[in-house]
Amino acid sequence: MQNKTFLIIAREFLTRIRKKSFIIMTLVGPLLFAAVAIGPAWFATMDDREVRVIGVIDSSKLFIGNLPETQYLKFEYLENTGVDEVRASFSETGYHAVLYIAHIITSTPSAVQLMSDRQPSMNIRMHIANAMEKELERQKLAAYDIDNLDNILAAVRTSVNIRTIVWQDDGGEVESNMELAMIVGYLGGFLIYIFIFLFGAQVMRGVIEEKSSRVVEIIISSVRPFQLMAGKIVGIGLVGLTQFFLWVILSFAIITFVQQVFLRDALRPSSEMVVEDMFSSSTLQQAQPVENENTELFAEIFTSLGTINFGVMLGAFLFYFLGGFLLYASLFAAIGSAADSETDTQQFMLPVTVPLILSIIVMMSAITSPDGAIAFWFSMIPLTSPVIMMARIPFGVPLWEAALSGGLLIAAFLFTTWLAGKIYRTGILMYGKKVNYVELWKWLRYRN
Amino acid sequence: MELFSAKNISKSFINHQALSDVNIAVPENSIYGLLGPNGAGKTTLIRIINQITAPDSGELFLRGRRLRQNDVHLIGYMPEERGLYKKMKVGEQVLYFGRLKGLDKKTALKKLKYWFTKFEIQSWWDKKVEELSKGMQQKIQFIITILHEPELLIFDEPFSGFDPVNASLLKNEINGLRDRGSTIIFSTHDMSSVEELCDHITLIDNSKVVLDGEINRIRQRFKLDIFRVGFRGDAEKLNSILNNGYQVLDLGSTSAGHTARIKMHRKDSDNELLKMLLPHFQITFFHEEVPGMNDIFIDLVGRQKTAAG
Repeated sequence: MQNKTFLIIAREFLTRIRKKSFIIMTLVGPLLFAAVAIGPAWFATMDDREVRVIGVIDSSKLFIGNLPETQYLKFEYLENTGVDEVRASFSETGYHAVLYIAHIITSTPSAVQLMSDRQPSMNIRMHIANAMEKELERQKLAAYDIDNLDNILAAVRTSVNIRTIVWQDDGGEVESNMELAMIVGYLGGFLIYIFIFLFGAQVMRGVIEEKSSRVVEIIISSVRPFQLMAGKIVGIGLVGLTQFFLWVILSFAIITFVQQVFLRDALRPSSEMVVEDMFSSSTLQQAQPVENENTELFAEIFTSLGTINFGVMLGAFLFYFLGGFLLYASLFAAIGSAADSETDTQQFMLPVTVPLILSIIVMMSAITSPDGAIAFWFSMIPLTSPVIMMARIPFGVPLWEAALSGGLLIAAFLFTTWLAGKIYRTGILMYGKKVNYVELWKWLRYRN
Repeated sequence: MELFSAKNISKSFINHQALSDVNIAVPENSIYGLLGPNGAGKTTLIRIINQITAPDSGELFLRGRRLRQNDVHLIGYMPEERGLYKKMKVGEQVLYFGRLKGLDKKTALKKLKYWFTKFEIQSWWDKKVEELSKGMQQKIQFIITILHEPELLIFDEPFSGFDPVNASLLKNEINGLRDRGSTIIFSTHDMSSVEELCDHITLIDNSKVVLDGEINRIRQRFKLDIFRVGFRGDAEKLNSILNNGYQVLDLGSTSAGHTARIKMHRKDSDNELLKMLLPHFQITFFHEEVPGMNDIFIDLVGRQKTAAG
């Protein structure tokens, strides 16, 4: 008997991994991940190779020669000309944009306009805004006529860097990094969500296929319906795991390869530029120290990569993927068995997909407050716990909570599998009948 | 010796009784017909025999002992609605179903090769099922049903969807299987195939067995004591010669002679009628009308309907 379940698992697994769509997905997935990981840096290097010149008409005369230039952003200060004249000959000037600063700028900081025949990038706008804020700040401070101002400012400027330490039960301490934990938690939760949806739907489609092609009757004259259902779920689950591992391996391979071969030189300066773009708006500091701090920040993230226990993460991912998948896949199998075609499934799909979608919404709040009441309760409810708990784990979760959530998940998938088995064995032999919830309830009470 | 029997099988669904107290006994090495109008409960009975569904009450026996889940490899089943995995390759698929029936891979492959050679379909091995015509798919389905050489074969409406050529091929195969020792149960609406193939039948109507037994005996039992007589001579005399125990139902004449259908009201022997006729006519043929299964079916099922209505 076990042997036959194994045959079914093998068929489900082998027919799927030999499909073109599986092979394509396996290859395209990592390319997409790699593109997401490398793409921004790549584009940043492409984008900023072009030198852009901004024409500046400064009526206040405060900023002439004072706007800091970068390698790819230059300023030309125009005198004795107006906006209308520049506009008339804009295309001949070759300017990327024209910056107009009104003379009332000190009293009305919004009296600045950046004009162009296209939308200037956010980076340029932020760079200018920053530079002007600093320049105004400097000039206003200078108006107080304080001696030694530069030294005082240098002495006053303090950068606060909060390190987060998590006390362990064994008395030790682990330094954690909130941002990294958020990223890892989000990725983990989201991956589980995607996998459950993708492969759960495959289970449903597989059941419908067997039912509508009438193969099912031959199979269950050889094996019990439950064996068929379990074999299908396990087989497809293994396909999901295989895809996941192939993705992880291939993504790492591609990212490493591209970094080594193509971006070895390009990536280093460009990554700093991206970082500068991302952070310069908020840090309000002069160009030199910003770069240093960013490299510090990055170094910090890389060192704290070690603080995330990837063994635990991987184990948790496997557990919650399998648990969540088994829970949802059996429900999907039951839905498939009650339908003659995929269009019939909608009324039953809703109650199954709502908790899944809800868990993605709740996850957003769970990663900002991983120990809050919402995060706690949704990581206990088995329908949402795979996604939510996965998002919480990088922040560290008390052992009893993990154990309780895991135990509840196991109990829940045993229950849904049992429940689905009862619906399934009746459903797969039922044709041409509009099935509703009352009907399903009757099936549950059948003795087969 | 009975190969298979079902005793007191009852099964009900939420709003109707599918089978009530049904008994069947299938002799070894015979072809057993399961007859009945649509919705009578045939498919439910077949599913119960295949252990696809369980009866509410009653027991199933194979070779005198209770049927167990493990006995599925002794049974081959071809459902009315044929089905195969459309995207799966033919060879792989037959192998898969053979192994689900408990064959090991080596044996299954050997048997598979035998049947593929016999049906001259070796070239289909790597084709997907969806590339085959419906008739070809039926052949594959047939091989899947018998590959594991089951003792008991069950065909649900085997001839539906077959063209006459393939239907007669299938009939030959079924007869051949019986000759080689298999026992076959098949359900059908096609009464001519019942007369051609079946040794025994059970007629189920409205969830109950209304008739069962050896097919020839049943036909004898349902005969209406009507004789068909061919004769030459003066047909006008026929009525006056016969006494009031007989009634002429039809009388037809051709240049070759007359044909009459005569009903015998008393349980006389056939010879009595002949004796009366012989002095007056030259008899060209004389035989008793035995009703076909079609007539019996319509008679019984129709009667039920009228009684119910």
